[in-house]
Amino acid sequence: MTAKERMSIPPQEMPQQDPLARARNMEEVALGYTAEMAKKEASRCLNCPAKPCVQGCPVKIDIPAFLAAAAEGDFARALAIIRKNSLLPAVCGRVCPQERQCQKFCTVGKMFKDVAKAVAIGRVERFCADNVQAEAGEKAAPTGKRVAVIGSGPASITCAADCARAGHSVTMYEAFHKPGGVLVYGIPEFRLPKSIVQKEIDGLKDLGVEVVTDFVVGKTRKLADMKKDFDAIFVGTGAGLPKFMDIEGENLIGVFSANEYLTRANLMKAYVEDRAATPYWHGRKVAVLGGGNVAMDAARMALRLGAEEVHLIYRRSEKEMPARVEEVHHAKEEGVVFHTLENAKRILGDDDGRVAAIECLKYQLGEPDSSGRRSPVPIEGSEFVFPVDTVVVAVGSGANPLIASTTPEIETDRKGHVIVDEATRMTTMPGVFAGGDIVLGAATVILAMGEGRAAAEGINQWLAKH
Amino acid sequence: MSNKILVKTQLSANVWRMRLDAPLIAKERKAGQFVILRTTCEWAERIPLTIADADPEAGTIDIIFQTVGASTKELSLLNEGEEIADVVGPLGKPTDIKDYSTPGRKGWVVVVGGGIGVAPSHPIAQAFRQAGNRVTAIMGARTKELVIMEDEMRKACNDVIIVTDDGSYGRKGLVTEPLKELCEGEDKPDEVVVAGPPVMMKFASLATKPYGVKTIVSLNSIMIDGTGMCGGCRVTVGGKTKFVCVDGPEFDAHEVDFDNFIKRLSTFKAEEAAHKCRSGLFG
Repeated sequence: MTAKERMSIPPQEMPQQDPLARARNMEEVALGYTAEMAKKEASRCLNCPAKPCVQGCPVKIDIPAFLAAAAEGDFARALAIIRKNSLLPAVCGRVCPQERQCQKFCTVGKMFKDVAKAVAIGRVERFCADNVQAEAGEKAAPTGKRVAVIGSGPASITCAADCARAGHSVTMYEAFHKPGGVLVYGIPEFRLPKSIVQKEIDGLKDLGVEVVTDFVVGKTRKLADMKKDFDAIFVGTGAGLPKFMDIEGENLIGVFSANEYLTRANLMKAYVEDRAATPYWHGRKVAVLGGGNVAMDAARMALRLGAEEVHLIYRRSEKEMPARVEEVHHAKEEGVVFHTLENAKRILGDDDGRVAAIECLKYQLGEPDSSGRRSPVPIEGSEFVFPVDTVVVAVGSGANPLIASTTPEIETDRKGHVIVDEATRMTTMPGVFAGGDIVLGAATVILAMGEGRAAAEGINQWLAKH
Repeated sequence: MSNKILVKTQLSANVWRMRLDAPLIAKERKAGQFVILRTTCEWAERIPLTIADADPEAGTIDIIFQTVGASTKELSLLNEGEEIADVVGPLGKPTDIKDYSTPGRKGWVVVVGGGIGVAPSHPIAQAFRQAGNRVTAIMGARTKELVIMEDEMRKACNDVIIVTDDGSYGRKGLVTEPLKELCEGEDKPDEVVVAGPPVMMKFASLATKPYGVKTIVSLNSIMIDGTGMCGGCRVTVGGKTKFVCVDGPEFDAHEVDFDNFIKRLSTFKAEEAAHKCRSGLFG
């Protein structure tokens, strides 16, 4: 096929549930390609020699190679190529911000001057992962070394798998009653079905990883005590500490952190009202504060939990929103009302201490700030009030402090992120490594996965010497 | 970790005590800490319960709970030999235990337990006494039948004052009355620790405040994970937001915004009433 022929293949749209129907159910929104669509979409890749897409991938998947295999219909080979660098393609195909990573640099998108017309790398990745049974992969002979992995999110899953493949005996510890970390408590079913996460956890068990739930390292057992039983420890406890805005009225009834709001629905399945014992808040008019993926998840969850109106309030413009473009698009389609360049000033309550309204300020964009985005500047005197009965705060989350606060040997930076050696990913406590959001701050699944992999390498090298 | 129910005792019509096989928690737990448990099936909720006692050698912890909702009701239906699906802990910060004794005077700590609030008071009393203090307990209940752990509290404390609302046992009245009297004396308690129903904690706090007696309350708020991740348990202390699960559960009573705390406890009242009906556990 010539480049011209490839360029003439129309971008394959992803089949998805009807927006109004899906806004009231928990089923996955994007339904996935058919094999024919996956082949067509993969055929759009020009296989350009510079491979700019690979430069945009945090874990450097050989994207043109896997797309070439997929274009031929050899999805098994495509998946094998992906899995050389990424352990979680079914997850990353769904949740990676591709338009800012691989697809941002895609030559096809550049030629059309539209990143939305780049090869849909993530969608093809998802098809391969969903439709091919991954091979278990080789496992080295037992080394007799024991590794503890603390946390069970993307960084920990990756580190555990790589350490198990290297022949170490691996035990994974999770504080909740179900493993998966943010993939289970944070990202909703309609964006990432939990059966996919379970498949990854089952894969770990097949590799011989022991998974222990209901175990809070630092509380159930101190990290220093665990060091006596393990030759190396990986800390991947994530960024689970919800941030609030520190505004008046934030402790009224009906104000929730996005973590609480989503955990009730995702992990505790509160929306299955006939069965689940965990209650959820029946909000009618919901304000969600924030502009990231978690804010989108919370806003869209509010619709599914029966809200009549959902208002997303973000102090910058849509261009600066950290959320994936697809999530913003989906949220709008489903009826979430976007209030950009506005920010909550205070939350007003009724006599019973319940949320009654929110007061916001209008903003304009000023000079770029330290994040490189134009900073939001409040417009004085622009206050306005509108009635809501629910406020969900989704303005980010901080490093989980449990391990650092109970393990003085582990040094953290000003924000509580664990400090690691860049080359080995070892913390200031010998034999203890860390990676994922606990090191990076709230980031992405793919970065956490890359970190988990880098830490596993560090652990394997360390164990070869100790 | 088996979480097996080794002993189950009914303390009153709605109050139960269970001894659980939980060796890791038994070993690590300190006074003031709690566990979160889920009863059985995949639909169960996570409920925080204080640890009333523990035996690190035998590897057991004791929990005491009142059947107030569907989940505690379901828990009460489990029997000896059965296993609780999930028990995680010990959570929260331990009580700040110190010896207040000075030359010529033994330190004096008063623990106040209302209803099943006696359960968390018990290990706190034990720890303060073991540290070298004299410990007085004030135990309150609506009626005689609802007084729990009396023998153990007598063993753990130097003196025990019992009050019942109806006068059916001990002194008739509320815990705030003897508490006020103890604070009025020349020799004041060095510290008062209160655990019980929220309204009682509020009034106990008000009772000690005029005397400037250091008062700690053990709060029992709504929570999911118990590790600082959901923020559902947040409470205003000294004008700042704190998480009961990781910053508490014990706080300076005179700094706690009890009205907000009590209101927040009612967050899911409507939902829980609806669930009680659906679950069929409540006739």
